[in-house]
Amino acid sequence: MSTSSQSFSRRSFGRLAAATALAAGGAAALGACGTGGGKPSANTPLRIMAINHVWSQAIADRIEEFEDRIGRRVSMTMLTADQLSNSYNVKLNASGTDVDVMMVRALQEQLLFSHNGWLADLTGYVEGDAGFRWDDFQEAPRGRSVTGGKVLSVPVVTERPALYYRRDIVEPLGGPPTTLDAMMDMALDLSDRGDGFFGYVGRGQRNGAVSTWSSFLFSFGGAFTRDGRSTIADRDAIAAYEYYGKLLHDAGPPGATNMSLEQAMPIFAQGKAAFYIDADAIYTSFLDPAVSTVQETVGFAPFPAGPAGSKPSNVPSWSLGISEFSRLRDDAWEFIRWAAGPEMSAEIQGLGIPGARESAWSDPATLATFPTDLADAMRQGTLNGVGADRPDVLQVGRARDIVGRPLVAGILGQSVPGVARDADAEFADFLVRDNRHRES
Amino acid sequence: MSTTEVSRPAPSGPAAPRRPERRQRTFEQSNRRLKWAMLAPALLFVGAMIVFPLLFTLNLSLTDAFGAVNAKKGYVGFQNFLDALEDSRRFWPAVRRTVVFTIGAVLIETVLGLGLAMLMRKAFRGIRWVRTVLIIPLLTTPVAIGILWLLILDPTNGIANHLLETVGLPRQEFLGSVSQSLPTLMLIDVWQWTPMMTLLLLAGLSTLPDEPEEAALVDGANAWQRFRWVILPMLTTTLVTALVLRSVDALKTFDILYATKGPGGGSNFEVETLNVYSYGLTFDYQEYGLASAVLVLFTLFIIGVVVLLRRRGRKSA
Repeated sequence: MSTSSQSFSRRSFGRLAAATALAAGGAAALGACGTGGGKPSANTPLRIMAINHVWSQAIADRIEEFEDRIGRRVSMTMLTADQLSNSYNVKLNASGTDVDVMMVRALQEQLLFSHNGWLADLTGYVEGDAGFRWDDFQEAPRGRSVTGGKVLSVPVVTERPALYYRRDIVEPLGGPPTTLDAMMDMALDLSDRGDGFFGYVGRGQRNGAVSTWSSFLFSFGGAFTRDGRSTIADRDAIAAYEYYGKLLHDAGPPGATNMSLEQAMPIFAQGKAAFYIDADAIYTSFLDPAVSTVQETVGFAPFPAGPAGSKPSNVPSWSLGISEFSRLRDDAWEFIRWAAGPEMSAEIQGLGIPGARESAWSDPATLATFPTDLADAMRQGTLNGVGADRPDVLQVGRARDIVGRPLVAGILGQSVPGVARDADAEFADFLVRDNRHRES
Repeated sequence: MSTTEVSRPAPSGPAAPRRPERRQRTFEQSNRRLKWAMLAPALLFVGAMIVFPLLFTLNLSLTDAFGAVNAKKGYVGFQNFLDALEDSRRFWPAVRRTVVFTIGAVLIETVLGLGLAMLMRKAFRGIRWVRTVLIIPLLTTPVAIGILWLLILDPTNGIANHLLETVGLPRQEFLGSVSQSLPTLMLIDVWQWTPMMTLLLLAGLSTLPDEPEEAALVDGANAWQRFRWVILPMLTTTLVTALVLRSVDALKTFDILYATKGPGGGSNFEVETLNVYSYGLTFDYQEYGLASAVLVLFTLFIIGVVVLLRRRGRKSA
């Protein structure tokens, strides 16, 4: 009706729209600041955000025992790694109090979360609790839990790369290779790509392959950085890029640059590859007849030696931390104390899930569930292991994207040195910016 | 002109308004207030869901926000916009891929959708079944579609290569290849969204009068001439609407690209569009300032495309 056009003038509409935006903005900001604010009641559950992993599943199966222990309900959410990371970004950016215990990847997220002030300082808890035995944790994973002199997480699952191989094919040729050169020769000999059989399968995605490739880099004598300077175009690093690129380009499956764990693992599980290097924690996938055709023929060996020896990564893949915004910090610590304590660590490692406690690794009972050759490979990995598998920076995602570029060039059969030099220059710029962020 | 003004008597000096006039004014005032009250929920919703996020993003785009949105940040003016516009490694290739993906996919969808709509214009036996089958891709979630096609097109274990081999064609890498990924994803988009174009254009065709086409038939026009010179001009408005809707949607495609190629749009960034790039800047790199600037540029780009299409549509109509 025309009356509305009279009273609904442009100016009054503008005024109302602005007022509405401000009101909405204020409401949203207040809402964000006050997510679940106030004192927790006895009914407030302890909220645990966890990765969808066999470790979390084992804990979830025993959670009633913990609920009885603290007299509080526990709400455990299990997500994939990317979903979990994005959830933290959304919830903790809003200072949300609906996260108490956080499962984090110490090497991927801890520096950034610490910079953001999202992780509570656990130093007092871990060092002030004699029963927790903080010094029982392996040195490399324990070292990764500390940022800026503060303990921000407690490692619960550790990983080293293992060499998975087809015993029926490789043993007649003299057994699993002990050097990278021998593995290359065998992979090239065994590869029959026309017939759909590959000498080697492994991760080839720019970002995802970096953690696997790091063991090749260390074993060639290289490093991501030295004294804060990029070293990805050094001779050793280029040799490692070229080696891994050739391995996947000449002996690997088609489309390798699109392969992460989810794509590479099934190829080996279906008997279509002779060798596969990936985390030792996934070995159960090859023993499960529902998804594997190689449960009778899979063999396990330590990471082969390169020119600088066998230097696989030995890292805490998943750790537990407490959100800085948690209102149930003591209960959250009680959970960590229970789930990462000596008894539970031994019990869970006994299920075939490798942990970070020396006491569990030195207890033959906890290793009995692992195949003997895998247990040997794991033990060797913990002895020679390097406590990193990606650049030690705030923006790990961006760093991996840069470092992974020459890797992709190698897998695609392109010349590596030029791409490595270009990536090196980009990485050097990145390190300057990352340092600036760290100091800010 | 208001009906209330028409019924209002002419002013007759400074005398106090009579009773019906006063009542009328009170009614107008309460009516005005009521209108605002009725509008308030919608305006509040628009404010909370559209205006506030836009203003917030705009504000962030002028800062060096990094790590956490609520962390200390400084204003850097238009530096983020300059950084994005000077970035020939990621930003401009992402713009190019966004344009190629949108134009390629929408063009094929429009042609196929129009063809299917013309075929389905006249009823035939089994048309209900055909329509039901046609909308199945529309009802499936994009992430499920991504995973489904990832399995079908897997270079080693996928059924697509087995079928190609069966008919004597060479195996393909599809989504595993740097050069084939974008065309493959365009075809998946075509598979999913052609039915929507068909349904929209079918609805448009059903509203057209029969007489002009019958007159053209009497004048001896053949099927192509009737389509080109009679049906197509009458269908322009529907066609432009469908193109605008689909183009905006295609520009914003994210889920299927992310589900099949992962972060960064693949190992060589081969399917990294502006949407995938800004998501990566936000969630993988936590560079909120730069990500917001890219999003503002992306929004302006989408608005530009819509204005352009509508202007062209108006001219054609």
